[in-house]
Amino acid sequence: MAELSINIGNLRLKNPVMTASGTFGYGIEYADLIDIARLGGICVKGTTIQPREGNDYPRMAETPSGMLNAVGLQNKGADYFAEHIYPKIKDIDTNMIVNVSGSSIETYAACAERIATLERIPAIELNISCPNVKQGGMAFGVTARGAAEVVKAVRRVYPKTLIVKLSPNVTDITEIAKAVEAEGADAVSLINTMLGMAIDAERRVPLLSTITGGLSGPCVKPVALRMVWQTYHAVRIPIIGLGGISNGRDAVEFMLAGASAVQIGTYNFVDPTVSIRVIEELNAYCDRHGFQSVKELTGALKV
Amino acid sequence: MKQILDMKVIANERLHPNYCLLRLASEKRLPEIFPGQFVEVRVDNSPTTFLRRPISIHDVHEERNEIDLLIQLVGDGTRKIAEACPGDTLNILLPLGNGFTLPSSQENPDMRLLLVGGGVGCAPLLYLGARLRENGFKPSFLIGARSKNDLLRLDAFSRLGEIFITTEDGSEGEKGYVTNHSILCGKPFDRIYTCGPKPMMMAVARYAAKQGVDCEVSLENRMACGLGACLCCVEKDREGHNVCVCKEGPVFNINQLSWLS
Repeated sequence: MAELSINIGNLRLKNPVMTASGTFGYGIEYADLIDIARLGGICVKGTTIQPREGNDYPRMAETPSGMLNAVGLQNKGADYFAEHIYPKIKDIDTNMIVNVSGSSIETYAACAERIATLERIPAIELNISCPNVKQGGMAFGVTARGAAEVVKAVRRVYPKTLIVKLSPNVTDITEIAKAVEAEGADAVSLINTMLGMAIDAERRVPLLSTITGGLSGPCVKPVALRMVWQTYHAVRIPIIGLGGISNGRDAVEFMLAGASAVQIGTYNFVDPTVSIRVIEELNAYCDRHGFQSVKELTGALKV
Repeated sequence: MKQILDMKVIANERLHPNYCLLRLASEKRLPEIFPGQFVEVRVDNSPTTFLRRPISIHDVHEERNEIDLLIQLVGDGTRKIAEACPGDTLNILLPLGNGFTLPSSQENPDMRLLLVGGGVGCAPLLYLGARLRENGFKPSFLIGARSKNDLLRLDAFSRLGEIFITTEDGSEGEKGYVTNHSILCGKPFDRIYTCGPKPMMMAVARYAAKQGVDCEVSLENRMACGLGACLCCVEKDREGHNVCVCKEGPVFNINQLSWLS
């Protein structure tokens, strides 16, 4: 049995496996099916200071080895979260991390400040990479300057662990990662979804109400791995790797490329038990290869 | 309580080239299943299929821990599921969503209940009809399809109540849509339950509203997780808010939706 616990800044995780925002609700949706307290962390659904209706239906299209979504940050707002959802999840014995989004620097900061008041939320994941909203979201995450500005404003009001979720829809992700590191981010998570599109040729219409949407699932894994690898060589803060992980071997690959932890996203829809399986398979991998601690995998790629 | 079960295929009958009837058995005791709930079937070994396929529960054989699924072959995913042979195993997530509202035991057992199904949308109405019968009610079925070959399980439905049929081409029953059937011009029903293509359900809902009849519809929006986590399968409620069909539905009273406004 290898040591599975890791640290992301001041945040201690019992193992490096988290579930990704937008794919796991508030955790409780999966509580019938797995012991969610076994997870290293749960990133809950993207939250904004004001309620958001999200985009119109249809919001999802299946693609080869993946899917496109255009949910558009539907949520009932930070106050509703604090009053109605937080009480139900605060005693789950894992790191409940709130994914925070906004449409302007002010709304990002306001949401982070509101969530900071919740004692049992030890970290936020700042979403500067949602491709499905017209204002804010990815707009901040595609330039180093925009990313730096929003992280700077949030850092000022948010004292706990600050993870910044990066967009793959950029020419050079390392520039964005360096910019958020310089503004005091404790970690980066990557990648959010890749901007994509699907068409119904018979009816000659787009399959999503928004025409374009975010691609996720095993099809994006090679891109995500490459970006983790590049970012690992560009920043000193820990990296949380995600994008298409569906088994323990995938998680190992992300860690070898430089990730300190991983998130499981879209594959939760195919196998709601995948996150627990990944924890077990990571452990088995460490045992089989003689690693005392899972930490030894981070960046251990032989090149 | 929701479960993930490896269920054994007991039988797979091809009713017509495009429809199959699967019987699945669980070694573990099945959780309680309500009419209108659905399963998500994992599709293995189909490179073009990634997500599970949501399928409504056609019938439940509680004492044998078996369920029946009535499946229309529409794409690669359902085609792959339909290839399953007796002895094969399918990974099933169940039971999902909320079912139809059954009349309470205090209600008049002679109340007129109409179950309206369109095409493969008739699937959940069999189990609903069976449970209604069990509770002492007498359901009637109004089943519509494109043509005679798309009418499914008429033998099974007729064991539970009276059946009325429409086909678009007139090859069986009355010609036209379900809402054109003469039965709807007679004595009004007390409650209508419906499942089928959305335009059909909207027409049924409009008819019910006009008659002042309580009506429940079962939606089949495109979905991913089936658990209310991904927020993909939304429908607008009466206030214009998006609600998940998988979790808040798939059965809604028409008064909960924005259809009639």
